[in-house]
Amino acid sequence: MTNALMSAGLLLCAKIPIPLTGLTNRLAELLSLPPNSVQNAFWTIAVGAVCAVCCAVAGCFLVLRKMSLLGDALSHSVLAGTAGVYLLTGQVSPLPMLIGALVAGLLTAVLTQFVHERADVPEDSSIGIVFTSLFAFGVVVVSQAKGVHLDLDCVLFGDLALAGVNLNPMGGYLWPAAFRTLIPALVITLAFLAVFWKELKLSSFDPVFATTVGISAGLMHYLLTTVVALVTISAMEVVGLLVVALLIVPASIARLLTDKLSTMLWLASAVGVACTTSGYLLALWLESSAAGMTAVMSGLLLAVAIVLSPHEGLLVRAARTVRLRVRICAEDVLAGLFRQQERSSTPAQPVQSSRTECLKLAGGGLLAAPALRWLQSSRLLTGTREDVRLTTQGTRYARSLIRSHRLWESYLLENFNLPADHLHDPAEAMEHYIGPEMQERLRDELSQPAEDPHGRSIPD
Amino acid sequence: MPGSQTIIVLLGTLLLGIAAGLVGTFAVLRKRALVGDVVAHSALPGLCVAFMLLESRSILVLLSGALLSGLLGAACVSFLKRVTRLREDAVLGIVLSVFYGGGIALTRFIQNTWRSERVDLESFIIGRAATMLQEDVMQIGIVLTIAAVVVVLLFKELKLVSFDEQFCRVQGWSSTGLDGLLMLLTAITVIVGLPAAGVILTAALLIIPAAAARFWTDRLSHMMMIACAFGGLSGVTGTLISARIAGLPTGPLIVLTAAFIFVASWIFAPHRGVLFRAREGLDTSLLPWVAERQEDDGGAA
Repeated sequence: MTNALMSAGLLLCAKIPIPLTGLTNRLAELLSLPPNSVQNAFWTIAVGAVCAVCCAVAGCFLVLRKMSLLGDALSHSVLAGTAGVYLLTGQVSPLPMLIGALVAGLLTAVLTQFVHERADVPEDSSIGIVFTSLFAFGVVVVSQAKGVHLDLDCVLFGDLALAGVNLNPMGGYLWPAAFRTLIPALVITLAFLAVFWKELKLSSFDPVFATTVGISAGLMHYLLTTVVALVTISAMEVVGLLVVALLIVPASIARLLTDKLSTMLWLASAVGVACTTSGYLLALWLESSAAGMTAVMSGLLLAVAIVLSPHEGLLVRAARTVRLRVRICAEDVLAGLFRQQERSSTPAQPVQSSRTECLKLAGGGLLAAPALRWLQSSRLLTGTREDVRLTTQGTRYARSLIRSHRLWESYLLENFNLPADHLHDPAEAMEHYIGPEMQERLRDELSQPAEDPHGRSIPD
Repeated sequence: MPGSQTIIVLLGTLLLGIAAGLVGTFAVLRKRALVGDVVAHSALPGLCVAFMLLESRSILVLLSGALLSGLLGAACVSFLKRVTRLREDAVLGIVLSVFYGGGIALTRFIQNTWRSERVDLESFIIGRAATMLQEDVMQIGIVLTIAAVVVVLLFKELKLVSFDEQFCRVQGWSSTGLDGLLMLLTAITVIVGLPAAGVILTAALLIIPAAAARFWTDRLSHMMMIACAFGGLSGVTGTLISARIAGLPTGPLIVLTAAFIFVASWIFAPHRGVLFRAREGLDTSLLPWVAERQEDDGGAA
């Protein structure tokens, strides 16, 4: 449903050109740019967007099914397909070449599987063997095709910027020539998604279950490969071998940000469009290659996603680690104060300590001060600089920690028969992770001990 | 009688093929076949940056830049694998395409900025073996010597890490260290091969001879020697064909020769080859029939 809306929206957008030329030329005038430049930029961005959406949608399934390298392999063997058609027919015409490229793409997938299974070659090697050989074949044929337009440069580097300049008349308007293959590719991709949504989803996430309920995993694999080949071929006209970046990187970014397939598809499409658009604009500014800049932008966005991802981003993880370490420092202070209290002449009274003492108990370091601040703000410690004491709450917290510590020491002695001087250190590490539930289980297993191996009482 | 240029190219491709076979054996066995591909692609931006910073076209400067960024690419692969939940295939694709894209963007930038002085990046992508210089051959020779010395000295350890990584670690060898060493060898081989064979085809030279050698033997030392022989043979044959027929590029022909050797090995190798297996299959299916005939003969006598 949403996908249908998306394609309808894109087709609608493409209907704009009626007032477009006037509008863009006006804008160009305002910005004092050459007359056609704004229109060219508009079309380039549009072509880039369509290309990015096709690739992102197909790419999501490649990434999920661990088939990413197939995209790379396909993009290289496409050259062999077009070259093969040229060898057979001796001329360059779009449709046979497209079919040749499609056949080469499928051949890559089939051959890779065949070499892997029949010749007992590891899968990565078999991909490497098949696509490099086909690519070499393609380069050899292209080098012989003298005077014929078989542009190796375009395959190698892509030329997104030219896509907005190459306009063809159709239905009374000027359209980018690249739309001739890109729009059908987009429509076919979205139709494939709409028709086989459930099958795709199932066979991507749980192939065994999919087979059990009667979905042919092999059929889905080859259907998907066909769609990917189609997308790759149409996108390669615009971005060359860098189609791999558009296939894999936006999908990977989306994978880092979400666990839901539909969200992943939307996100990947949006990221892809952002990559092509910003890549093109940057390339204009720096006088560089638009396809290359698109790949660079996708890399940058990936870096941002790795740092900022809400679930497993580096930032979130670092914050989690710091929080844990602050808690451990704070708990060390509590346990230390409790031990001092135990040893003092009046064990019922909270012992008086100082801030410097507490910082030392927290292990010094950068996290000691935040740990103390946390203790005071959660009312586990109270008092001023020279007179710091455990509150009632703090005493309860500390008693539980000491209980965990001593139960664990007893448990280690009972089950592993460690020498007495080897018990403290592991217990010091474990005490922070033993909750009330675990305490109960330890106590039951040790038949409710009253003292730890060092002869100190285990508090309740 | 081949000219002196042809001899230089022949020597260069021969040495490159041998080095690639040697290093590739481990890459294939460790299931790291595509690492060479990633390093080769990641080398491009370094090449450009080295040119931009030092404004030098000296091949040594360019290759040092390439080596650095190739290693950076390989480091990115292991970093991404460790830090994110992305799978290995996606990580390889990401690093490969982003670095390659960066290389292309930088090339175009250089071409537009240093208009008079074009860097011919395409020659690094497709390779220009025919214009190989004596100094290139020297570099390949040095790399081959380094690789051979390392492999001979650490043969037992590398063997261990290739077949049983866990046992290797139990024995007290750092498998990351050995892996890093193999990675470094792969990287210098790939980089030194770039001007001659190009990005994609160097990666191919690393994989195909080693995979073909696997058909013939189960012993690592034999596999290494066969891979070297296949690599050298591909290099020489490809060069000779391209010298004979004008306009054919050398790099791709070397790869096609290697692919031909791979297919031939697949068909003709003993034990693992298609023909051998077919005969074995025939034998087993004919066995009952032969036994029956013999029985009949015995009865008649």
